[in-house]
Amino acid sequence: MVPESYYLALSAALFAIGVVGVIVRRNPLVIFMSIELMLNAANLAFVAFGHRLGSPDGQVLVFFVMAVAAAEVAVGLAIIVAIFRLRRRLSVDDLNAMRW
Amino acid sequence: MSLLAFAIIALVALGSALGLVVRRNPIHGALFLVVNLGSIAALYLMLGAEFLAAAQVIVYAGAIMVLFIFAIMVLIPGKEETGPDPRRALRLWALPVGGVLFLQVVVLLVISRGAPPAAPPAVSGGVETIGRLLFTDYLFPFELTSVLLLAAMVGVLLLARRRA
Repeated sequence: MVPESYYLALSAALFAIGVVGVIVRRNPLVIFMSIELMLNAANLAFVAFGHRLGSPDGQVLVFFVMAVAAAEVAVGLAIIVAIFRLRRRLSVDDLNAMRW
Repeated sequence: MSLLAFAIIALVALGSALGLVVRRNPIHGALFLVVNLGSIAALYLMLGAEFLAAAQVIVYAGAIMVLFIFAIMVLIPGKEETGPDPRRALRLWALPVGGVLFLQVVVLLVISRGAPPAAPPAVSGGVETIGRLLFTDYLFPFELTSVLLLAAMVGVLLLARRRA
C-alpha cells in the first residue's frame, strides 16, 4: 500500500512545475497547458485525501473540476484565437491592453 | 509491488510535466501533457477511483487535448519564443517561486504527521457511488455545472464568430 503522503508530494511537485511553466513560458497555449497541469495536481490531491478519509466526496469534487476545466479551456482558446486574428502574433508580452 | 508501480508512474508524470515546460515546440508540450494526464489516470486507478480514471482519459486526454492541438494547428506555432526575452529578469523568478511553493507543501506534510487515523473503510470509486452522490448531495452544483457549460458554449460561439 502506498502512503497517501507520497501522492500529496507528487501533487505538490506537479503543481510547482505548473507554476514555473506559467511564469517562464511566453506562448499563451503553453501557459494554458501548464494551468491544466496545476488543475490535475489539485485533482490528484483531492483523490488522495478522499482515499485517506474513506469518502467518495473528493472524487465528486474532481468531477466538477473537470467540467469547469473543460469550460475554461474552450473559452480561453477562443479568446486566444480571437487575439491572434487581431494581432497576427502570439506572445503574452504583447497582451498589455488591459494592464493596470 | 504497488510502491514500485507508484514510483514508475510518478517518474513518468514528473518527466512529462518537465517536458511540457522545457520543450519549445507547443506540439511536443501537448503530447507530453497527454502522457502526464494518462499517468495521473493510472494513479487514480491505484487509488481506487475507477470512474475518474475513465473520465480522465475520455475528457482530458480525449476532448481537451484534441481542442488544444486544434488550436496549436490553427495558430501556426513555433516562432513565438525565439529571439531575446524582453522580461528575462522577471522570468528568472519562476524557479524560486516554484521551489518555495513545493517546499511549503513538503514542510506542511512533514510537520502535520499526526497519529494516522484508523484504517478507513474501502470506498468504491465506481459509477454507482459517484452517480448516487452526484444526484443527491451534489445535485445543485451538478445543475450549476450544466448552466456553466451552456454559458461557456454561448460565449465561445460569440467569440469565434467572424465579424464582417
